Amino acid sequence: MAVLNEEQEMLRDMAREWVTNESAVAKFRAVRASGEPRAYDPAAYATIARMGWAGVIIPEEFGGTDFGWLSAGMILEEMGKTVTASPLLTTTLAAAAIVLGGNPEQKAKWLPQLAGGAMIGTLAIDEGAHHNPHRLETSVSDSSLTGTKAFVHEAHDATLFVVAAADGMYVVDTSTPDAAASVQVATRHLADMRSHAQVTFCGARAEKLAHGGDDLLDQVLDRARILTACEMLGMAQQVFDTTLDYLKQRVQFNQALSSFQALQHRMADLFGDLAMMRSAVEGGLQALDSGMMMPHAAAIAKAEANRVLHTISREGVQLHGGIGMTDEYDIGFYLKRARVLEASWGSTGFLKDRFATLSGY
Amino acid sequence: MASLAKAGAPASETDFRREVQQFLSESFPPELKGKGNPVTGVESDLRETEPQRRWREAMGARGWGTPTWPKEYGGGGLSRKQAAILNEELSRAGAYNPIGGMGVMMFGPTLLEYGNEQQKQEHIPPICRGEIRWCQGYSEPNAGSDLANLQTTAEDKGDHYLVNGQKTWTSGGQWADKCFCLVRTDRSDKHKGISFLLMDMRAAGVEVRPIRMISGLSPFCETFFTDVKVPKENLVGREGEGWTIGKRLLQHERTNLSGGGSMARMMGPRLSDLAKKYHEADASGVLTDKVLRDRIADFEIRWGAFLLTARRAAEESKEKGGVSEISSVLKKLGTKLSQERSELTIEIMGLQGLGWEGEGFSDAELAGVRAWLFGKAVTIYGGSTEIQNNIIAKRVLGMLDHQ
Repeated sequence: MAVLNEEQEMLRDMAREWVTNESAVAKFRAVRASGEPRAYDPAAYATIARMGWAGVIIPEEFGGTDFGWLSAGMILEEMGKTVTASPLLTTTLAAAAIVLGGNPEQKAKWLPQLAGGAMIGTLAIDEGAHHNPHRLETSVSDSSLTGTKAFVHEAHDATLFVVAAADGMYVVDTSTPDAAASVQVATRHLADMRSHAQVTFCGARAEKLAHGGDDLLDQVLDRARILTACEMLGMAQQVFDTTLDYLKQRVQFNQALSSFQALQHRMADLFGDLAMMRSAVEGGLQALDSGMMMPHAAAIAKAEANRVLHTISREGVQLHGGIGMTDEYDIGFYLKRARVLEASWGSTGFLKDRFATLSGY
Repeated sequence: MASLAKAGAPASETDFRREVQQFLSESFPPELKGKGNPVTGVESDLRETEPQRRWREAMGARGWGTPTWPKEYGGGGLSRKQAAILNEELSRAGAYNPIGGMGVMMFGPTLLEYGNEQQKQEHIPPICRGEIRWCQGYSEPNAGSDLANLQTTAEDKGDHYLVNGQKTWTSGGQWADKCFCLVRTDRSDKHKGISFLLMDMRAAGVEVRPIRMISGLSPFCETFFTDVKVPKENLVGREGEGWTIGKRLLQHERTNLSGGGSMARMMGPRLSDLAKKYHEADASGVLTDKVLRDRIADFEIRWGAFLLTARRAAEESKEKGGVSEISSVLKKLGTKLSQERSELTIEIMGLQGLGWEGEGFSDAELAGVRAWLFGKAVTIYGGSTEIQNNIIAKRVLGMLDHQ
């Protein structure tokens, strides 16, 4: 765990307490059972916004708290531990795009609403099943945006879409009925039972985020990679802890499984991997906060998150044996969500390619 | 919110930096600039050149080779901050710390903690001056990972001990002046029968035979003790306390073996630069062998995460004032990665990277082969990876004792 200041420690404890008491995995089961495509509990999100968590990276003058990326990441890590379903991650990313690329009017118009929970935001970037952000067909003419985006996270309740088009990034605000009519949201049920949809923009009114420079999209995506890795870190930590507890309790051959050396060494390996993942993810957050946003740090954070969560989620099921295969047991949720997040904002192959390119080979 | 703004450095730090700069300009022989450390000074048969000797003596006289050790025993008596300044100035001047070896890394810190006043007065100052080479007498033919099974005995003969037995993997034994040794003073208890004894390698009855390794080098020795008389005052701590003291010393060893910094220095040229030299790249410098490119990136990403882990361990230890939980994984992770890197290095060079000696190979190629082979030891010595896994499972994860 990174060394925290007093304020960050308070926020972390608060998040931990809320997640433990108010957002246990049972809450996710309830959301799933509801069958609502939005796949989160609006009352819970209202509480999240009231606690100020939606504005952690938003400047105070626009209604946020400006606590920084490490703080935002810690909250998402805690929520990852119980697979809490919420549009906090995507809303934070949409806000980040506006903070980086918006003009003063755009910031004043949208950031307070995102910070306060009145609007839910999301990123609409990829146009196929693979992350491929620099080959886009979505186009804009005369402030009217047309294109189809695949597997958009949390699209069902979003009213603010940050959309990547061939010539830059745009905001599509669908909070009025007229504007909403130009955007079609078609649900795509993925294994993680969260909100995903194909979103089609048919001449939607769009405002360009013109202040971010040419690499705005990459900057936003690097933030998406690091924050997603935070949720993944919480998941990996939880699967590891749960598995360790299980090995200590489960008795076979008259002894606890935790006394078998073959299993001890597998857990020691996972513990080492988890340490690497945590360092990589926290390193990404610190790179963001220090203002030295190294694209390298984002690639390392998400690549390590992919590698380690993949292994831990697989081993977690295996080490639980048969019980890990049941829907009644929680561990399957982590496995399914893991693969969705691994494929979002860069698979391991994509990130290695990016890292090599950034490093000049 | 706590202010993160940096104040200007306090006057005392600026003064100290000036003092270091002054010292360097007067005492560092310019001909050694950028030459790197013949570290080994202490653990090899390299003969010191005249400027190297002068530099060692200059640093030794100030105790700056062991900057944070107490002044009363010949150390520098510097604060951590001052030691960091010293380090910065040394590297800025292209200078190195000529005082090193096992006395500095392992034995000194342990003796400062457990030795009596007389032992500290006798043994610490020569370490600070780089005059005495120490070696480690721990492992035996039947006591490797099961170190506490050691059988070398020290028999109480009134005013001295009589030591008999065999040690092995004695690093630098053939060049060492002294040896810190684990010996058995009691056969009735495996752990409590062990004591920590200081031996003179020149004493009668000590015989050293170098072991030729797969790398062709002989950095390790077998050491035989036959009726060696050791004065009683060479016992560190009490009889039977050797296991406790010996384990403490191993912590210093592991910290040194896994330190991201020292490992990074061992690393040599970037793998991608090496790959561009031995393989094709397109006009924009992208390696045409996509599989190799992917594997290099895969390694470098994990190496980056390891360096961040080493940094985090140091920060957490400093913050909590103890050894961080993740320190336990550093040795295991770092040694595995360094071996992966060596394997990748020779693979990138093809058969050119397997040259053993003679014509047709560059110095770097020949050194790469020896380093690759020697590097196989790092996951074995200092507590093998398997032993590290046992320690992590039991001590950190609280898993039960295995059968």
